[in-house]
Amino acid sequence: MILYELISYDVMRVIWWLLLGVLLIGFAMTDGFDMGVGALLPFVGKTDVERRVIINTVGPVWEGNQVWFILGGGAIFAAWPPLYAVSFSGFYLAMFLVLAALILRPVAFKYRSKREFSAWRNGWDWALFIGGAVPALVFGVAVGNVLLGVPFELTPQLIPMYPGSAFGKLFGLLNPFALLCGAVSLSMLLTHGAAWLSLKTRGNIAARARDIGAMSGLVTIVGYAVAGLILLFFIDGYAIVGEVVKDGPSNPHFSEVERTGSWLAAYLDRPWIVIAPICGFLGMFMVMKGLREDRAEVATLLWSKLGIFGAISSVGLTIFPFLLPSTLDPTSSLTVWDASSSHQTLFIMMVATVIFMPLILAYTAWVYSVLWGKVTEDEVTGNSHSY
Amino acid sequence: MDLDIVELSRLQFAMTAMFHFLFVPLTLGLSILVAIMETVYVMTDRPIWRQMTKFWGMLFGINFVLGVATGLTMEFQFGMNWSYFSHYVGDVFGAPLAIEGLMAFFLEATFVGLFFFGWDKLSKTAHCAVAWLVAAGSNFSALWILIANGWMQHPVGARFNPDTMRMEITSFYEVLTNSVAQAKFVHTVSAGYVCASVFVLGVSAWYLLRGRHIELAKRSMTVAASFGLAASLSVVVLGDESGYDAGLNQKMKMAAIEAMWETEPAPASFTLFGIPDQEERETKYAIRIPWVMGLIGTRSLTEQIPGIDNLVDQAHQKIRSGIVAYDALMKIQADRENVPQTVRDTFRTHEDDLGHALLLLRYTDDPRMATEAQITQAANDTVPQVFPIFWGFRIMVGLGFSFILLMAFFFWRSSFCNQSYPRWALWIAVIWIPTPWIAAEMGWIVAEYGRQPWTVDGVLPTALSVSHLTIQDVALTLAGFVTFYSLLFIVEMGLMLKYIRKGPTEDVEETEDWTRRHEARMRGTGTIATPAE
Repeated sequence: MILYELISYDVMRVIWWLLLGVLLIGFAMTDGFDMGVGALLPFVGKTDVERRVIINTVGPVWEGNQVWFILGGGAIFAAWPPLYAVSFSGFYLAMFLVLAALILRPVAFKYRSKREFSAWRNGWDWALFIGGAVPALVFGVAVGNVLLGVPFELTPQLIPMYPGSAFGKLFGLLNPFALLCGAVSLSMLLTHGAAWLSLKTRGNIAARARDIGAMSGLVTIVGYAVAGLILLFFIDGYAIVGEVVKDGPSNPHFSEVERTGSWLAAYLDRPWIVIAPICGFLGMFMVMKGLREDRAEVATLLWSKLGIFGAISSVGLTIFPFLLPSTLDPTSSLTVWDASSSHQTLFIMMVATVIFMPLILAYTAWVYSVLWGKVTEDEVTGNSHSY
Repeated sequence: MDLDIVELSRLQFAMTAMFHFLFVPLTLGLSILVAIMETVYVMTDRPIWRQMTKFWGMLFGINFVLGVATGLTMEFQFGMNWSYFSHYVGDVFGAPLAIEGLMAFFLEATFVGLFFFGWDKLSKTAHCAVAWLVAAGSNFSALWILIANGWMQHPVGARFNPDTMRMEITSFYEVLTNSVAQAKFVHTVSAGYVCASVFVLGVSAWYLLRGRHIELAKRSMTVAASFGLAASLSVVVLGDESGYDAGLNQKMKMAAIEAMWETEPAPASFTLFGIPDQEERETKYAIRIPWVMGLIGTRSLTEQIPGIDNLVDQAHQKIRSGIVAYDALMKIQADRENVPQTVRDTFRTHEDDLGHALLLLRYTDDPRMATEAQITQAANDTVPQVFPIFWGFRIMVGLGFSFILLMAFFFWRSSFCNQSYPRWALWIAVIWIPTPWIAAEMGWIVAEYGRQPWTVDGVLPTALSVSHLTIQDVALTLAGFVTFYSLLFIVEMGLMLKYIRKGPTEDVEETEDWTRRHEARMRGTGTIATPAE
């Protein structure tokens, strides 16, 4: 008996679908506030010292947070290779934009304080703004396009093909619904960043952050609701036709898929998933309320995390078992049942995750506890190693 | 297959990878040197060692972020530009990449922030432990990425699955213990240690030439020379080990490194100098040393090393066998349910050569219809460009030996000559700073250019691995990366030079205070000897 057969292939696939969700949500919860803080920076910080305080609230932790993103990419590669292959090359120029923005960010954090003159520092402040706002927007746009379906097809050899010119494909992504999703994602992370700043700073900075955060919180709630209505009335969902083979080989061509009805039909099939949008709305409402009432509590940040959890998991649960539907050739669509790695690879990766994830959570928690407390102007100007 | 896309994608990958590797080796080595310095500080409590830790740590930080930033591109480029590669081998290749994130990136990235921000928040011992965790994280990441890379050079523990049209893992243990991966790992981290040692040695030498920061520079030199001597010996010895592995597993790369067109009677001679001519298939103006190549490549006097012509003949046969596999695969694909078992058996007999049949896809849509001329073309394609590999290897090895000499000299002067260094030697140390980077980049050229025309040796041709993008797509991002990276490089070099020129912020008062207390302590216990400094 072989070890990996202890857990059946279909269960392994669901486990890796859950872990994919954990990684994406982990990324949005941790690196999300770094990006929100970056995008808020030019508006919340008016003087150089204020901006340094803002940057130093995330200075020691953004690097570790960013690994959620890198690991997300690595885990998609390892557990869902067709998804990695199709989505990263299909969203090619959009991915390049995200990369360029994300490359700017580490450099800006580290290099901003290394020279004194204001043009240098202002330049890096805008780099941090781009590094926060652009990925936050593009990730939402990508989610919007996944809900709409992406124009790709797989040849019999499973080579991913995307017809169209470079710019045609890029601007094709920027349709109104996807942009709405982008706006929701951006405002959600702005709110998250504001909740973080409200907890980690005092005085003017915290007050300005709360003002912007309360506003963007409202935008998130409205945008999320509108996107849900559009999804209900105007966008067709996808469904697997005929028998659903859950433990067959990972080849999308082996199952038949067509566009039918609404994505939201999922809520009739499995009503319990309504918990996800409820968490989303509840979290977003509570964080908006907390910021509006000028409360600088850990609770506000936690509500924000709940909102993020609800919003992201609602997308995943709604389209389950789909990962990336194709508009061009629905049969090429990637689903949980036909776009995973082999049984053995999924098992090996799960063992690695079971070993390392608790360690990661433990030492990350320890680092946050060492750095606990508000960041003040004195502290920033007094330490030669701060940003 | 559009060849321009292939060439542009290769150019972009080569450019971004080589740029990434300007920062990685220094990170690998400097993280350890800094941790060593901090350990000495914790053990001796001497402020100078903390100042050293902070100074080299700051330079480490400036370098580190660009390694992180450019590493992002590496992680995502496989999917962006090499989507068929990602599909075809993701089941095997993705796992080490993901484990790299779990085991290495989280460790180094979580603690690197604490290293810079935790000076006042942690005890001395805890801070030192943090420095070691950062170093461990960096080095673990090299381990996993080289297991992935080693698999591309020598794909073990996997087989093709006709149902999913891709390679799937059969033994993760074999992927982990791949001899090529292990040799590459030690060779590559050693190269990183050499890089950092030459860097620390060179910068310290410059301070000594200027008469600045003498105390800090002398101590740094001692650390760098000792560590660097061990590392440069290791890099050459383990380089030999990977040469031996290349001889066993990548015979074509070995033949290209040596520009060995014909099979020589054993033991083969080593070509010290020559101008390889790809068209004529000969090496002009060759200076040969008898026996040496046979000894390095096979560690025997009787085993033959096959030459390029011989290997091309073997490729012919593999292509023919691959066509049989391809034919069987097409039959399986056409009617998966009802295909007779004999067809599946035929496929299994010839599956190892399937990759060679895929080489024909450059010339024909259906390898089964290939003409003799096309098979010959494809067989000739298995020969990589010999000139850059031949010379890249010689430059790398030459520099490798120069590091041993440099480090041995400074180790001798620091250990046995009371840390006195002649000015000419200090100047050489300064001038030598860029050379480990040249050697490292040459090493990658030999390893990756020498693997062509394959992305995964014998399994998947490079021309087939790319994404089906438009020329505009790739040209745009290539231009974007070149511009963006050039700017980042200028900014980084500017900051490095600024902070090297500025030098460490020495707290003289603190050092004198320590010396006073130290002397008092020495008198108090009646010990006469003071530690040699």
